[in-house]
Amino acid sequence: MSVIFDYNQCNSCRGKDEPFCVKYCPGDLLSVDSETGRPYIRNEADCWDCMVCVKSCPFGAIETRLPYPLASYEASLKPRVLADRIIWHLKDASGREEVFEIKNLE
Amino acid sequence: MKVGRYKVEHLQTDLLIIGGGTAGCFAAVKAKEAAPELDVLILEKAHIERSGCLAAGMNAINAYINPGETPESFVRYVRADSMGLIREDLVLSIARRLNEVVREVEGWGLPIMKDKEGNYLARGRWNIKINGERLKPIIANKALEAGARVLNRAVVTDLLVEENQVKGAVAFSVRKQVFYVVQARAVIVATGGAAGIYRPNNQGSAHHKMWYPPFNTGAGYAMGIRAGAEMTSFEMRFIALRTKDVIAPTGTLALGFGAKQVNSRGERFMAERYAHLGAEGAPTPWRVYGPTQEIKEGRGPVFLDTTHLSEEEVRELKKSYLNMYPELVLAWAANDFNPAEEPIEIQGTEPYIVGGHTQSGYWIDVNRQTTIDGLFAAGDVAGGAPYKFVSGCWAEGAIAAESAAEYIRKKRGKEEFQEIDSRQIEVKAEEVFAPLNRSDGVRPHEMEESLQKIMDEYAGGISRYYEMNERELSIAQRKLEKLKNQVKYLTAGDLHELMNCHEVIDRIDVARVLVKHLQYRKETRWPAYQSNLDYPALNDREWLKFVNSRYENGEIKIYERPYEQLIPGDRYLP
Ligand SMILES: Cc1cc2nc3c(=O)[nH]c(=O)nc-3n(C[C@H](O)[C@H](O)[C@H](O)COP(=O)(O)OP(=O)(O)OC[C@H]3O[C@@H](n4cnc5c(N)ncnc54)[C@H](O)[C@@H]3O)c2cc1C
Ligand code: SF4
Ligand code: SF4
Repeated sequence: MSVIFDYNQCNSCRGKDEPFCVKYCPGDLLSVDSETGRPYIRNEADCWDCMVCVKSCPFGAIETRLPYPLASYEASLKPRVLADRIIWHLKDASGREEVFEIKNLE
Repeated sequence: MKVGRYKVEHLQTDLLIIGGGTAGCFAAVKAKEAAPELDVLILEKAHIERSGCLAAGMNAINAYINPGETPESFVRYVRADSMGLIREDLVLSIARRLNEVVREVEGWGLPIMKDKEGNYLARGRWNIKINGERLKPIIANKALEAGARVLNRAVVTDLLVEENQVKGAVAFSVRKQVFYVVQARAVIVATGGAAGIYRPNNQGSAHHKMWYPPFNTGAGYAMGIRAGAEMTSFEMRFIALRTKDVIAPTGTLALGFGAKQVNSRGERFMAERYAHLGAEGAPTPWRVYGPTQEIKEGRGPVFLDTTHLSEEEVRELKKSYLNMYPELVLAWAANDFNPAEEPIEIQGTEPYIVGGHTQSGYWIDVNRQTTIDGLFAAGDVAGGAPYKFVSGCWAEGAIAAESAAEYIRKKRGKEEFQEIDSRQIEVKAEEVFAPLNRSDGVRPHEMEESLQKIMDEYAGGISRYYEMNERELSIAQRKLEKLKNQVKYLTAGDLHELMNCHEVIDRIDVARVLVKHLQYRKETRWPAYQSNLDYPALNDREWLKFVNSRYENGEIKIYERPYEQLIPGDRYLP
């Protein structure tokens, strides 16, 4: 797997020329479905898991899911991007949670 | 999707930069600084905000002259690490600027970790620690602030060259049906290296779970090859030692957290078998060769032992990866893996072509000009100078930008742009868009798999423990020629797939040159990177020289170029 969209959170970046996630993916893997207007990934296998799209979404509507052969189901890693720092919420397969806050701009 | 007519858009600029990554963005800033009146245009296949190697971020700067070291000691180290053969002039010119470029980027907002006295925190001899998650946006914004123009989602396919002078480049957009024809007075190519030439560690749904960006597909090498630029040292492939499965960098573990390599029997095999080469400090190719041999000979898996880490150190380790390779932290969480309890399994990656780690790429002079007049190269696409990493790419971007500005001022400042032959442009555009108009044929992914199978099985891929012999290489060569002839059957359903078609075309051109180079060097200079079983020993008497190549009349011609020692001393002592 690669990334999954939570369409309850995603508002398709209404009002923008191009959704943030589509705009920034370094592999041009995301696109907008012409019928539903929603973003989707063209080819899951081509995802690099770089999390650029995840970080770019203002609503936290995208989550990285590692390819199943490499990681069992459950567990999540969610970044929250602030002006000069990033806060990562990590949950492991047993439900343990960890939070990391890292300043990334001086 | 069937595509009708594309539109041709003509653009003119003083300095064209192909690839807005680490080297490209930095070069744009430096060109504007050196000559503010110049128009600088970046063509980028993705979006400069988060493209290329720096997409996810960085946690260290791996080339820095720490206190007590000098540019000369850096050259000595890099020379020994590269088995005594590098372009010392190039490495020295980078080394002299490393600290200056790092301080500059720090001034733009990059957080660099410091000790209590305010000195940069070293991580190993040439490395310093950073919180570089946002490094790419920082340098991309600086390029825009400096006044560079940027065209995102523009995939460059070819250089425009007349009588060995560069005139510009052509590209297509993956967003709209536009063919760009860009005329320029000078061009800097900075497209990074090439992944996906060999069958990768993971397959199927995880085939892009690789270390080097799967979207850096060797375009810059390929367009140079096709335009007749001289290339060097393709045979010095780069194979990285990475964590198994997720393929995350291990420098963080070894240099940052003191983890040592052990085999399945718990032996510190680098110390036991490679002490004469420096054990854990042996040259980088040997540090890949060592564990690969353990696995080949049945003493695998191989681990980096992290079981000495405290819980607090594990937290620091995770933070460090979140800055650069967050999915490793997620994989540990998903698999309930704790590096303080279990050692981390490691393996070698598939071979990449990366001039910033090893030295495959354009043959350049000390001003970073290639053998094509007005064409400059910087970063992973430029050859001759290994051990560049992120800071060396900045230094090289700066040198290329300043030289290009000088070149324009001296040689082409007053030049009028000539009208480009529209017939020639039409032929080129038809060729670029052709896969969209074929209803039946080969999909780019199929051709990519085919290429990767050939390279893996006959040119020393993972399944062959990176080893090869002459017979295998000649089979690889024959199969690649056949594959090259199949390119005319590539078919694409949309513009994204059209990009994939050009990616595989470029990879095939890189692979053909690579195999020629592997065939030519009749010794083994860099075990694992270049292990020829027919010539298993290093042979300084005959092979202390560069293997270069040039595409001439449809054929790859090999040239030898001499090595020059500038920094005195034993070439094998760091
Ligand atoms: C995962 C990873 C982690 C690393 N970690 C570190 C680290 O911690 N410290 C360190 O010092 N070094 C690190 N490195 C090495 C360092 O990042 C690279 O050597 C350096 O960034 C390369 O810079 P570059 O400009 O040559 O390539 P890139 O920064 O990759 O830029 C190439 C650009 O060209 C664009 N491009 C490619 N093809 C085309 C085309 N056809 N048309 C238009 N544009 C194109 C790409 O999209 C990209 O933007 C790491 C590398 C990787 C992959
Ligand atoms: S960035 Fe977020 S909100 Fe915008 S389209 Fe993508 S997922 Fe939806
Ligand atoms: S994780 Fe990276 S490669 Fe995958 S879809 Fe998101 S931006 Fe693209």
